[in-house]
Amino acid sequence: MFYLIPNIIFTVLVITALYIFSNNVKKIYRNINLGIRIDRNDNKKVRLIQMLRIAFGQSKMIDKPIVGILHIVVYVGFLVINIELLEIIVDGVLGTHRVFAPYLGSFYNFLIGFFEIFALLVIISVVIFWIRRNLINIKRFLSAEMKGWPKNDGNIILYVEIILMFLFLTMNGADLWIQQNAPELNYIKAGSFPVSQFMTPLFDGLSSNVVFLIERISWWLHIIGILCFLNYLYYSKHLHILLAFPNTYFANIEAKGKFSNLKSVTNEVKMMLDPSADPFAASSNQEIAKFGASDVFDLNKIQLLNAYTCTECGRCTSECPANLTGKKLSPRKIMMDTRDRLEIVGKNLDKNNGEFISDGKELLNDHITKEELWACTSCNACVEACPIGIDPLSIIMDMRRYLVMEKSDAPMELNNMMSNIENNGAPWPFNQMDKLNWKNEL
Amino acid sequence: MSKIEINTFSDLVSKGITPEILFWVGCAGSFDDRAKKITKSFANILNQANVSFAVLGSEEGCTGDPAKRAGNEFLFQMQALTNIEVLNGYNIKKIVTTCPHCFNTLKNEYPELGGNYDVMHHTQFIKSLLSEGRLTVQGGAFKGKRITFHDPCYLGRANKIYEAPRKVLEKLDVELSEMKSCKQKGLCCGAGGAQMFKDAEKGNMEINIKRTEEALETKPDIIAAGCPFCNTMLSDGIKNKKKEEDIKVLDIAELINQASNS
Repeated sequence: MFYLIPNIIFTVLVITALYIFSNNVKKIYRNINLGIRIDRNDNKKVRLIQMLRIAFGQSKMIDKPIVGILHIVVYVGFLVINIELLEIIVDGVLGTHRVFAPYLGSFYNFLIGFFEIFALLVIISVVIFWIRRNLINIKRFLSAEMKGWPKNDGNIILYVEIILMFLFLTMNGADLWIQQNAPELNYIKAGSFPVSQFMTPLFDGLSSNVVFLIERISWWLHIIGILCFLNYLYYSKHLHILLAFPNTYFANIEAKGKFSNLKSVTNEVKMMLDPSADPFAASSNQEIAKFGASDVFDLNKIQLLNAYTCTECGRCTSECPANLTGKKLSPRKIMMDTRDRLEIVGKNLDKNNGEFISDGKELLNDHITKEELWACTSCNACVEACPIGIDPLSIIMDMRRYLVMEKSDAPMELNNMMSNIENNGAPWPFNQMDKLNWKNEL
Repeated sequence: MSKIEINTFSDLVSKGITPEILFWVGCAGSFDDRAKKITKSFANILNQANVSFAVLGSEEGCTGDPAKRAGNEFLFQMQALTNIEVLNGYNIKKIVTTCPHCFNTLKNEYPELGGNYDVMHHTQFIKSLLSEGRLTVQGGAFKGKRITFHDPCYLGRANKIYEAPRKVLEKLDVELSEMKSCKQKGLCCGAGGAQMFKDAEKGNMEINIKRTEEALETKPDIIAAGCPFCNTMLSDGIKNKKKEEDIKVLDIAELINQASNS
């Protein structure tokens, strides 16, 4: 029976990791569903193509060619090495070793070689990423919102990726040494090892038992590392590896200049403009809507999905005209604040059996200040820049709506502009009757 | 130049005439001294190309764009529904406007409220007049001049119109030189989102100065614009840099108008 212990430990580990992960996914799903419903189930084909192009095809990453290509290397590495993960899990559960090798023959050798080359490329890319984040002064990694946890988070991801790739290569290198030097261990002669073959001299002089131990420890640490990383996602900006797909599917497909028209306002305005309307007819059977957003509950589900998807790359902020000229606004911070607040709300729900007990705080003021909101020029540069279809502008606009329509809290000059429109039909104090005076100057 | 007749829709409708297009002038185009020059230039172009057009005059209210971007959805929809009533009342089908903000709002935000029109920005309309041969230009005055085009956010990113203004400029035989951030990556002039009507938040620079500096890097003779607000912001930027003697900020309508008169 004892020989089954590793299989049992392995199976328990995988099931536990998947259980914790599914709980985290449920929490994310629950939190996103705190948002207002929004219909983004139209044009399924267009949306699917958008997802394939932007998330799967990484089409917007290459706007910055060097990091874009490096990112694609890591992404493809992640995808292909997941194929290897399948074999590791089968081996772990059944207690086999390289279970696919006999079935795949020379194709197996090709696959393992392919994985190894990608593992090396991933290591190189990740080292460059680390240098960019830590040694080169790249402005978008140095913003105020990147201090502390966000910076550490970025680095932790890079360290874990390097460690995982090294474990993978060590495991292969030791395996190759055993295949060549320790026939008594009965390792199947399979795989090609274009990278880890250079590691085998390191094992020369060690006893085959020690190399066997190195191979096994690397194998175990590699899979345990992957399972831990899977559950790290919930706490990390790295969630984008999963959420980029739904996020690009549900992203806006209409003209970026088209801002939503609030339906609740349309009803009221129509009533105001129509003298024969019965003012009690409409309002009696519907809840009085809150205009705009002051907290995450007032945002829509896609905006909350956006917040979880944001990987804090800062491409939005580095294109934002307000940020470029030293204003406090950073579109990335808008997304990070939204996620922070959503996570606080989520923990509140966990603690209070699914009911939100007010903590006296809101997204507005406690996270996002009015100064940030009023600095936006609504130019859509942030939306255009996001490589995974996040829309910080829509959150800014919803919060402005709350400030203006619920709190009458607009900068004074804007109040003047709005009263001009109301009274004269123009944002300046000119009489609408004079609107054609220019023709006399022809 | 012979005096152009500017008719309102109500004038023409009472005479039983249905004009081809409505020229939506916009508030800046009606009241702002700099923007009025753009309005007059475009009216001139329409006249030269024998386009039958009319304006709404005192029946034209603000589209509501600055109110909406400031967060006042009420005021926006009040404006929109009032304007739609007028537009639908005249059974208007096609609108051309010299302001990308009016253009965007009319084109994208009015349909849901019951206003469905074929809306064009004037650079698109000029492009079609040129390609249909209804309007001809001589490079003349601008031949070989270095021109850089500033993409208005509400024309470019907001509506993906990048080529029409450039195609029109090409007809002038100018040397078109792009700024380092252009088209999808074009930097805002600083006026959008109702910023035109307020002071900027605290920072270390004004956005229009930054954009002007980017434009100056191309060493232009002329900065071409397609939006009355961008025009104001960049003109201010050029004045700030004390370059107003050497470099002109001109709308595409003004450039074409000058070239078609020569």
